[in-house]
Amino acid sequence: MATFFALELFLIAILAGFLGSLLGLGGGIIITPVLTLLFHLDIKYAIGASIITVIATSSGSAIAYIRDRVTNVRVGMFLEIGTTLGAITGAFLAALINPKFLYIIFGLFLLFSAVMMLRKAKNELPQNVKPHPMAKKLGLDGEYYDKVLDKNVEYNVTGVFGGLGMMYGAGLLSGLLGIGSGIFKVTAMDLYMKLPMKVSSATSNFMMGVTAAASAGVYFLKGNIDPKIAAPVALGVLMGATIGTRVMQRLRSKTLRLIFIPVLVIVSVQMVIKGVGI
Amino acid sequence: MRNKEIEDLELAISKVIKYGVLASAAIMLIGLIIFLVTGSSGYPGSYYPTSLVEIFQGLIAFKPYAIMMFGLFLLILTPVLRVGVSILLFLKEKDYTFVRITTLVFIILIISFLLGKAK
Repeated sequence: MATFFALELFLIAILAGFLGSLLGLGGGIIITPVLTLLFHLDIKYAIGASIITVIATSSGSAIAYIRDRVTNVRVGMFLEIGTTLGAITGAFLAALINPKFLYIIFGLFLLFSAVMMLRKAKNELPQNVKPHPMAKKLGLDGEYYDKVLDKNVEYNVTGVFGGLGMMYGAGLLSGLLGIGSGIFKVTAMDLYMKLPMKVSSATSNFMMGVTAAASAGVYFLKGNIDPKIAAPVALGVLMGATIGTRVMQRLRSKTLRLIFIPVLVIVSVQMVIKGVGI
Repeated sequence: MRNKEIEDLELAISKVIKYGVLASAAIMLIGLIIFLVTGSSGYPGSYYPTSLVEIFQGLIAFKPYAIMMFGLFLLILTPVLRVGVSILLFLKEKDYTFVRITTLVFIILIISFLLGKAK
């Protein structure tokens, strides 16, 4: 019985890690509903397993993405200022702000972003991006070898401060609501900082582990992380993320975006519904 | 902008994460296998250790849940370690802007952990 339970968790976690590493999401949006709705687990343990999923996806995919230079480490580390600060503020504000309001605002914003992303669905790579002076100063512009296009892709980074602001929003979101921060990060980097889609996804994954680590540490001490659930989940996610990093690099950015947009729509509609309270 | 030093630095960061992940995965797997094979967690009922002291005591006694929790602890620690090591690497490269950026992130991280713990 215990073995069967562990095996089921392991298999679902592979899927979560795979999708998470592909799209730059934590994978928590898959694990939490599955554990609560399908396995009928207490939300307390589902949250613990979800945060472990985020960390495992982040680290599991970072190994390959950094080695293959798809991750923009400098952009990631710079933006981490925003996500970590946002997460702290979020934790403080949680007692003061009605989350319903935030669900609606962020939900609508993401929905709007999905439309914007659809409009550039045909672009494989960002075109004519004017480098931001701050990006030059911090050395954020980068390049990676695209395995599908079979060429080195050089890119400029723009919207540095806007991006940092949005990362603050992403951190706020994860601190307040515990969800959707990966999807927010990818959107910000893809739409507003004009990074190539693969770089956005890989860099979002890279950053995610850091923001999640602080809350994971707290959950760990508070007993939300049950080893018989979290260990098989972590192992599955790590395996899924390893597969995901390989597949992602062999997909076109256009394809990646086409998988991303529906997920974005689903999540934003869910947020709005939650906010309106139907 | 990309030069050899930046590449080396990023490879080093990737390696820190790799070793952290491999170690935690191996430990979790060992704990999980012992737990599933013996059918015993090493603790009464559905109890599991959550403090580091208890986990280390359980590790010495080779209790499966303690081993699994230790693996999970290493997994959580890896991104924090990554930020810490990055500070040192940027310092070595004399990239002081990024030393400041990563130090700031590291400090915020510690504060948010302490705040969460105190809640």
